[in-house]
Amino acid sequence: MNSLKLDENQLIENFEAKLAKNEMIEPKDWMPAQYRKHLIRQISQHAHSEIIGMQPEGNWITRAPSMRRKMVLLAKVQDEAGHGLYLYSAAESMGISREEMLDQLHTGAAKYSSIFNYPTLTWADMGAIGWLVDGAAIMNQVMLQRTSYGPYARAMVRICKEESFHQRQGYEIMNVLASGSAEQKEMAQDALNRWWWPSLMMFGPRDEESPNSEQAIKWKIKRETNDQLRQRFVNQTVSQVEKIGLVVPDKAIKWNEAKNGYDFGEINWDEFWTVVKGNGPCNKARIAAKIKSHEEGAWVREAANAHAEKNNKTKAA
Amino acid sequence: MNDSQGILWEVFIQSKPGQPHKHAGSVHAHDNEMALQNARDLYCRRSEGTNLWVVPASAIVASSPEDIGSFFEPSNDKVYRHPTFYSVPEGITHM
Ligand SMILES: [Fe+2]
Ligand SMILES: [Fe+2]
Repeated sequence: MNSLKLDENQLIENFEAKLAKNEMIEPKDWMPAQYRKHLIRQISQHAHSEIIGMQPEGNWITRAPSMRRKMVLLAKVQDEAGHGLYLYSAAESMGISREEMLDQLHTGAAKYSSIFNYPTLTWADMGAIGWLVDGAAIMNQVMLQRTSYGPYARAMVRICKEESFHQRQGYEIMNVLASGSAEQKEMAQDALNRWWWPSLMMFGPRDEESPNSEQAIKWKIKRETNDQLRQRFVNQTVSQVEKIGLVVPDKAIKWNEAKNGYDFGEINWDEFWTVVKGNGPCNKARIAAKIKSHEEGAWVREAANAHAEKNNKTKAA
Repeated sequence: MNDSQGILWEVFIQSKPGQPHKHAGSVHAHDNEMALQNARDLYCRRSEGTNLWVVPASAIVASSPEDIGSFFEPSNDKVYRHPTFYSVPEGITHM
């Protein structure tokens, strides 16, 4: 009994020593059960976000205003599917199956980023999403390239490479609209108004309201806090808004020389928690669409299974 | 188990002819052909490769992390396998 306990302590010590040296934790390495649990939750939620995130943009593929825009949007949405798959694989390396993760998504046991529970009402929303939503996601994902779990970090490196076009194509859409007719400019401003605050919410609760954060930083899963990332996002985005002649929908936005960053207004946290708890504008529709596509694809998986089994039999015979 | 996602395959990409294949990640697929196609769709959307290997994950035999010391030990004490172990007279080049 005693020696077993010692072993556990030794293992924890080794694990922490590795983190201290900024060495990555790999799938077969010993890790604390809580570390594994935290990461399975985080990576699977991240994967679900990529997959559910295809819906608000997929909504506009058939209505893109030109062939060029359609090709770009299609390629972007396809990339998001890929991101979901990279991340499911990373989570699977921690010992959860893909079926289990999909089940958790479909039953509501697992969450995904709340931003995708907002509707995409106009073409300008494609611009706002690429620019702001992918922009905020990139901020987080750049940090996660140095996360302590190897497969997650490597998936992030690949994802970040692919993300850069996502943000630029969105900003380009906004820029074109903002320098178009009065109506087009208004459409761009309206999209910015609707997506600005939900984008800031993407970084999660304030640091003092985010109990998991501290542990995640200790384990080097996260390298920066929610508020730090949110501040950086605001700092870099304000000038992008101004450059294309739009207005940040926040009266409190003001350069603060002392902190070398912008002050900004208070996020509506009631709205944030309402959407997180499943009562945003599109929560139910998103999950319903996901379940529908999963069920309608069942015959494909069954047929592929049967085909593989048949081939195995003929080979064995 | 009719509604499975297929088995897990590890994907290796050769970025250019002449280069070694490098691990890229994994995919789910039901057979060889689907594994190759899925790997292409997932890992080669931006001309990342000229050749692909897919291997059922279950076929890979790996050393375990605890072996990091003992398993690789035999190489540590054989410094004479490295060229710097040997001295040559001053002025000798191309060696
Ligand atoms: Fe993505
Ligand atoms: Fe993206």
